[in-house]
Amino acid sequence: MLLRFTLRAGCGVALLLAVSAMLSGAELSETLKTIKSVGPEGKGNAQAAAAWKQLAAGRASSIPTILAALDDANPLAANYLRNAIETIAQRELQQEGKLPAAELEAFLKETRHEPRARRLAFDLLARADKTAPDRLIPGMLNDSSVELRRDAVQRLIAQGDKQFAQQKPDDAKATFAAALAGARDDDQVQIIKKRLEGLGEKVDLPRHFGFLMTWQLVAPFDNTEKKGLNTVYPPEQGIDLNAEYEGKEGMKIRWSPHTTDNEYGIVDVAKALSSFKGAVSYATTEFVSDKEQPVELRLGTPNSWKVWLNGELLFSREEYHRGMSLDQYKMRGTLHPGRNVILVKVCQNEQKEEWAQRWQFQLRVCDAAGTAVLSADRAGK
Amino acid sequence: MRALMTTLILAATLCLAGADWTQFRGADTSGVAPDQNLPIEIGPSIAWTTELPGRGLSGPIVVGNRVYLTASSGYAQDRLHVLCFDTDSGKPLWERQFWATGRTMCHPKMSNATPTPASDGERIFAFYSSNDLICLDLDGNLQWFRGLNHDYQNASNSLGMSSSPIVVGDTLIVQVENDSQSLAFGIDVATGENRWKHDRPVMVNWTSPILLRGKSRSDDLAVLQSGKGLVAVQPRTGAEVWRYDEPCDTIPSAAVTDGVLYAPSKGLTALQPDAQGGSPKVLWQESRLKPITPTAIAYDARVYSIASSGVLHCADTANGKGLWQMRLMVEIGDKPSRGMFSATPVAAGGHLYIVNEDGVLMVVKAGGEKGEIVAHHEFGETILASPAIANGALYLRSDQHLWKIARR
Repeated sequence: MLLRFTLRAGCGVALLLAVSAMLSGAELSETLKTIKSVGPEGKGNAQAAAAWKQLAAGRASSIPTILAALDDANPLAANYLRNAIETIAQRELQQEGKLPAAELEAFLKETRHEPRARRLAFDLLARADKTAPDRLIPGMLNDSSVELRRDAVQRLIAQGDKQFAQQKPDDAKATFAAALAGARDDDQVQIIKKRLEGLGEKVDLPRHFGFLMTWQLVAPFDNTEKKGLNTVYPPEQGIDLNAEYEGKEGMKIRWSPHTTDNEYGIVDVAKALSSFKGAVSYATTEFVSDKEQPVELRLGTPNSWKVWLNGELLFSREEYHRGMSLDQYKMRGTLHPGRNVILVKVCQNEQKEEWAQRWQFQLRVCDAAGTAVLSADRAGK
Repeated sequence: MRALMTTLILAATLCLAGADWTQFRGADTSGVAPDQNLPIEIGPSIAWTTELPGRGLSGPIVVGNRVYLTASSGYAQDRLHVLCFDTDSGKPLWERQFWATGRTMCHPKMSNATPTPASDGERIFAFYSSNDLICLDLDGNLQWFRGLNHDYQNASNSLGMSSSPIVVGDTLIVQVENDSQSLAFGIDVATGENRWKHDRPVMVNWTSPILLRGKSRSDDLAVLQSGKGLVAVQPRTGAEVWRYDEPCDTIPSAAVTDGVLYAPSKGLTALQPDAQGGSPKVLWQESRLKPITPTAIAYDARVYSIASSGVLHCADTANGKGLWQMRLMVEIGDKPSRGMFSATPVAAGGHLYIVNEDGVLMVVKAGGEKGEIVAHHEFGETILASPAIANGALYLRSDQHLWKIARR
């Protein structure tokens, strides 16, 4: 009985493999399309699961095609595709002991492909060709893949440290400067900054990350019982920097300029204005773009908040005092040529604990890889 | 007679050998395993040690001769790992990676891989702080993928999420609760689609659902805890069966055994659910039994909770009367161990297995008139994950390693 089942199951797998291996280009395309149709709340899961079985039973030669499908896959579908690729790769390595290294390297080098797909191609390539990391990573300092770039930066940090230990400070300085130009992750930036400052160089972190430093602020509007986040106060209806508003408890309040000197661009509303409790603040600034371009606005704050770009609400979140970090929230938007208006609403609640007193935010503009996008009128070089 | 003997022998064998550990605090979410043959002396009983990638606070689960585990890696903790090891050798059998679709930010002490995975015996359900929910078969083949933060964009917590999903019947119960968008789900294990979705109290909550056994499997309920209280629901429909409307803690979950819940409410409150669906009866309340981070555990007519400073309280499950208390402290070198605990204790074979955050595993004799640490072992690594007990072995993980501990 068991033998019969095993034979039947074995035949089934073999048949499936054979069928999949014979998938025509059109069938493969249809399979990928089914998986890419998967949507929120489990919509399309059943169809995607059936398509996944066909896809994952394929041969290694199908991997580049599946990788390319990641270019326009939604985040849910991307994980189906990734898992199919890994399943194929594991089976091929076990059975054949090899992967299509040349095709993977070609895919990796084609920078129009989705960055994470290229990283996955690299990871597979590194399993098939042990020379790949040393051959390829040093040339990826400015790669669109943050992970590939990170590996390149790490090598430069090691190289700079070695040069410094060999008492070649000028070489080390140049190496660390190159590393900084490629670095996007804060832990690496911190290390490089420390090394460069030790060598007498200054590092402009606000510029490196693209923090917005100069703002107009107005507060307090009422946020008693946390009702302020979704109350529409006048700045949301139009920004007039000369206006006077009636604020919390009848206070007459006006916009006032503020430039932060914090190297991480943190605007401390409590210090800049006053440590009001149960209060809403607004901050606005202009950003000059020389072209229409997609960007990310990345916010960090321990307070509840909303962000608008040119009057369009990008996101709203209610959460108080659960921590603040660089790039805590990422929002996509499009800058228009010329002046763009950014409006940030930051709300403070009424908690009295010492750990619940922060009323602050940081905002930067960058591309998808975290590379700073600077306002055309930003001072300095 | 022969049938009876066979049944008795089978039952005894099962108790000695144990059973699978399929979710946080085991298949019945009690933290208690039937195993009678676990080792007391840990050091000589380490059967194998295997290295792990990235970070993880999730506990291991065991299905048959495989142990499953999650981890997360990368600068942003956005690479999700599901790992499978052979229980006999510790050899890695397969690994699958995914990309997080939700927010990965969490407190430095936590990691994206904090919730313990679950299994229905055919599938693995891996869940992460980013609220990515992955269903694989036992061989690592993807069955479905859900991004609950992707679907519900404010369902996240900047300090991280830790609630571990549980399987009740053919429904996966998932709690995603925070200050902004709090939800609970009953998800079809086969398709990943929502059977039901409930709005939940909008407040932080790191607790996990609890399985409340009914007279038959079809009577099993899922109990959802929050700062507002407890709600028991039918797993397939989400229909409310009863509720307890007194505030509960939002870090330790309720303990359960023999149909009685020990909720972290007003210290610790023993609740006897009403079979007719009315409000549960409060059997007793004891403020001194308040657990801090680890969930309490009820075992052999005693309930144990770890209070602040690492004091273990033991009380009678019948009335909540304190029987003894002891500081969970041993000498490590010439210094006392620290009293910080995150991992929920587990119990089997007349002992509690309790690990502190510094990776010191203490074996405490259960019951008795006073507390006694009968053995301890220093693993030398931070351990915040709850252990698993399955098929005669204890499994423990740090960020870096997974250990199997079993009699040789």
